Amino acid sequence: MMSVLVAAEHRRGALRDVTYEAITAGRELADERGGDLHVAVVGGDVDGFAEDVNREGVDAVHAVEDGEEFDHNAYQAAVSTLADRIDAGAVVLPNSVNGLDYAPALAEDLGAPIVTDAVGIAYDDGLTVTREMYGSKVETTVDVAGDRFVLTVRGGEWPPAEGVGDATVEAAEVDIPESGARVTGFEEVGGGDVDIADADVLVSVGRGIEEEENLELVEELADALGATLSASRPIVDNGWLPKNRQVGQSGKVVTPDVYIAVGISGAVQHVAGMKGSDTIIAINTDPNAPIFDIADYGIVGDLFDVVPELIDEFA
Amino acid sequence: MKVLVTVKEVAEADDDFAIEGTDIAESDLEYDLNEWDDYAVEAAVQLAEAGIADEVVTVTVGPERAEETIRMALAKGADRAVRVWDDALEGGFADVASKVALFEAVVDEEEPDLVLGGVQAADTGFGATGVALAERIGFEHAAVVNQLDVDADAGVAHVHRELEGGVEELTDVDLPAVLTVQTGLNEPRYASLRGIRQAQRKEIAAKDLADLGLTADDVESALTITEMYEPESESDAEIIEGDAGESAGRLAEVLREKGVSA
Ligand SMILES: Cc1cc2nc3c(=O)[nH]c(=O)nc-3n(C[C@H](O)[C@H](O)[C@H](O)COP(=O)(O)OP(=O)(O)OC[C@H]3O[C@@H](n4cnc5c(N)ncnc54)[C@H](O)[C@@H]3O)c2cc1C
Repeated sequence: MMSVLVAAEHRRGALRDVTYEAITAGRELADERGGDLHVAVVGGDVDGFAEDVNREGVDAVHAVEDGEEFDHNAYQAAVSTLADRIDAGAVVLPNSVNGLDYAPALAEDLGAPIVTDAVGIAYDDGLTVTREMYGSKVETTVDVAGDRFVLTVRGGEWPPAEGVGDATVEAAEVDIPESGARVTGFEEVGGGDVDIADADVLVSVGRGIEEEENLELVEELADALGATLSASRPIVDNGWLPKNRQVGQSGKVVTPDVYIAVGISGAVQHVAGMKGSDTIIAINTDPNAPIFDIADYGIVGDLFDVVPELIDEFA
Repeated sequence: MKVLVTVKEVAEADDDFAIEGTDIAESDLEYDLNEWDDYAVEAAVQLAEAGIADEVVTVTVGPERAEETIRMALAKGADRAVRVWDDALEGGFADVASKVALFEAVVDEEEPDLVLGGVQAADTGFGATGVALAERIGFEHAAVVNQLDVDADAGVAHVHRELEGGVEELTDVDLPAVLTVQTGLNEPRYASLRGIRQAQRKEIAAKDLADLGLTADDVESALTITEMYEPESESDAEIIEGDAGESAGRLAEVLREKGVSA
């Protein structure tokens, strides 16, 4: 028997989708090992959240009142305490920015190994995790020794838990020690002139463009196609385009009719922002670039050869 | 104030690569300074230039080959480097806890006020070492930092953490702390020729487990990679063949079918 503990994630009053996906992953583990699935909600509207996470397959919900927003200190203390209280063999958390801000400390605290960014799990004699390496060019299976572990799961890999469960819901008392890290506020970034989320056609440029001067080439293409220019993160980090042009996890989520990825590898955080596009077209020299896995059309070739030809076609 | 920067040499796979056993063939890998760590080095050097940090020391877990990458960090302005390696680390896949054990021993020796590192390594993508280290050594921490303002007198780092969807969290972190930094935090400099020359004279202290007072048991990994393979493509992408002119022509047809025109 192994009980599994999942910790919910919320921001500004709403649970994030990754919470329900982590519940599904947690249930999968609990089924394979035979055990109960517990969910912790920490901070914010815990009563409302407790109701929301009470989905099919959830056996118990623990509500820990503490502040409004995420605080890694409180999350670590709450999840660690609950994990010991219910003798959890596995703690499953979203592989989100906040997950990564406390999951590794939690694992250290519990003296348990951690595996992050899981895309698949199997449990036989022990845990085997599937994850990617080398910029998603390869997949690996990783065996985890020991019978207690912390796992963070990649968003979008498990279906969200649905239905209404019949979990016991309890307020949990947890001692939360003083913290030397204090959240003082939030800030929206981006804004600006263009909203790339409104565009029907996006020409999106990545690090394959090499130099700022070369951006002209993709600007020309965007003009020729009547498209809006967007970019992967390195282009924005370099200051070549403003932040409001960034597509991805920490940028904008876009769903145009046509998304043309020029010299973009297709890192998971980029894909998170554009996978909902209707038609995805990739131009990339590397046939193994992960962007081809989600593309509808691909050209394996040098953008400096292909893009000028494409501009000519529409000139 | 002393700043310790964790620097990793990461491997990138060539466009064409072969898998040998549970790793990519050595001949198909190229090594470089981890992109995220480059921003951490820059942040530390800027703190030194601003007179806030007195010394910037880098620490790397890696074989002798990694010294090339370490020299890059030294050429950019780090004062000296520590490189940790041991036969016991050869071959296996080091988990987070074993790396933390090594870094903890170096922290004990160096006694830094601030530890900086990248949010993740480009090759393994665990994104966990910094935060786990903070817990082990009793430092405060913040992950995915994309803005940093150190107030040494007050003993506080004012940071922005980059959350999903274009939202940043503002946090005050008491020092000593471990911060994992995100790209975009600053503009990493190129190493100047002068810097590269100077780096040749800077110290890289090589240490093994015994030097750090550790044994092989301290770095025993709970993780074993059992298989590596190219992911089965679930893609139904139509790959447009031909030279640049032909493929652009065919793509133009596709785009017109989708209603794209200027
Ligand atoms: C917490 C976090 C949040 C992140 N958020 C985002 C985000 O919101 N958005 C985002 O994009 N990234 C984000 N990232 C970064 C992400 O992990 C990648 O580093 C980034 O997406 C890579 O951008 P790229 O594809 O342009 O560059 P690379 O990965 O370097 O890819 C460049 C591609 O160009 C190809 N290429 C090179 N030369 C040519 C040529 N001449 N012709 C054609 N192709 C060529 C190469 O084969 C390669 O595939 C985030 C990372 C983290 C850790």
